[in-house]
Amino acid sequence: MTITVAGLKKEGADGLSVAQLIINENVETPQYVTVSVNDEFIAGDEFESAALQDGDSVEFLYFMGGGQ
Amino acid sequence: MAFTNEQLERYSRHIILKEVGSRGQKKLLNSSVLIIGAGGLGAPAAMYLAAAGVGTIGIADADEVDLSNLQRQIIHATKDIGKPKVESARETMEAMNPDVTVKTYHTFVTSDNILELIKDYDFIIDGTDNFLAKFLINDACVMAKKPFSHAGIIRFKGQLMTYVPGEGPCYRCVFKNPPPKDAVPTCKQAGVIGAMGGVIGSLQAMEAVKYILGVGDLLTGYLLTFDAITMEFRKIKLPSGEKHLHPEITELIDYEQTECEGI
Repeated sequence: MTITVAGLKKEGADGLSVAQLIINENVETPQYVTVSVNDEFIAGDEFESAALQDGDSVEFLYFMGGGQ
Repeated sequence: MAFTNEQLERYSRHIILKEVGSRGQKKLLNSSVLIIGAGGLGAPAAMYLAAAGVGTIGIADADEVDLSNLQRQIIHATKDIGKPKVESARETMEAMNPDVTVKTYHTFVTSDNILELIKDYDFIIDGTDNFLAKFLINDACVMAKKPFSHAGIIRFKGQLMTYVPGEGPCYRCVFKNPPPKDAVPTCKQAGVIGAMGGVIGSLQAMEAVKYILGVGDLLTGYLLTFDAITMEFRKIKLPSGEKHLHPEITELIDYEQTECEGI
């Protein structure tokens, strides 16, 4: 299946979970990333069970604390 | 209120814009913006807002200017080391534009003072460097129905979003709760390229100006990210909803201030 991750089209295994995608993408501080799929946030405790579908668009939103 | 000749000349590049004009410039002169944090983000934001003729600019920061600040906090100079940042910022803004009234708050923003601080301002800019302050500003602005610009910068990256009551998610809708202390690095721990504050802080000033003018599309419902290594901006659409994606904020959480230096 083809999914879009952070704006880039990628091939993924059927049934790929959000948790596995986080590993595949080497997401920094994975326990604190916010994930949206299409137009919904995925709760952290659903990362394992959330299976991605062909055509899904996934975004990783990161805490960015600096500013001073 | 008529413009003086000096004002007509000072703001001529604004007034000539059809989106601003005399009417827009008067709106700016009658507007007020509070900047929380006179650092990497707050410095350029404050300078552009002062130059633009935002009539009242509040600036809140508890710290003094440190030598390690000067790599990015362009509102302060070497002679200002040791001086309260809000004083140094006030002097720079007043020197830039005598039309601006600067109000200084030499204090940490806390659950005890934030609602009083923000209440008289049209727009708030979050230029703080820690998550506890960022969540406090979010919650206070949601409670008080105040628009604000959130931003963060680290290493070669930056991001910002704008909250306007009733239009799109707030910071807590996206990020839920502050991460544990030291779980996510801050500027001091990880470093930040100096010009990043200029890029993102200037965009925060842009959002404030557009909000005051009522011009264009704000970053409500979007997170704009910038990666200076790849020179890519991404405008990421955030999940939308008519309601906040968290329980109603009825009181401010008394987060402890982290001892993040380099503020």
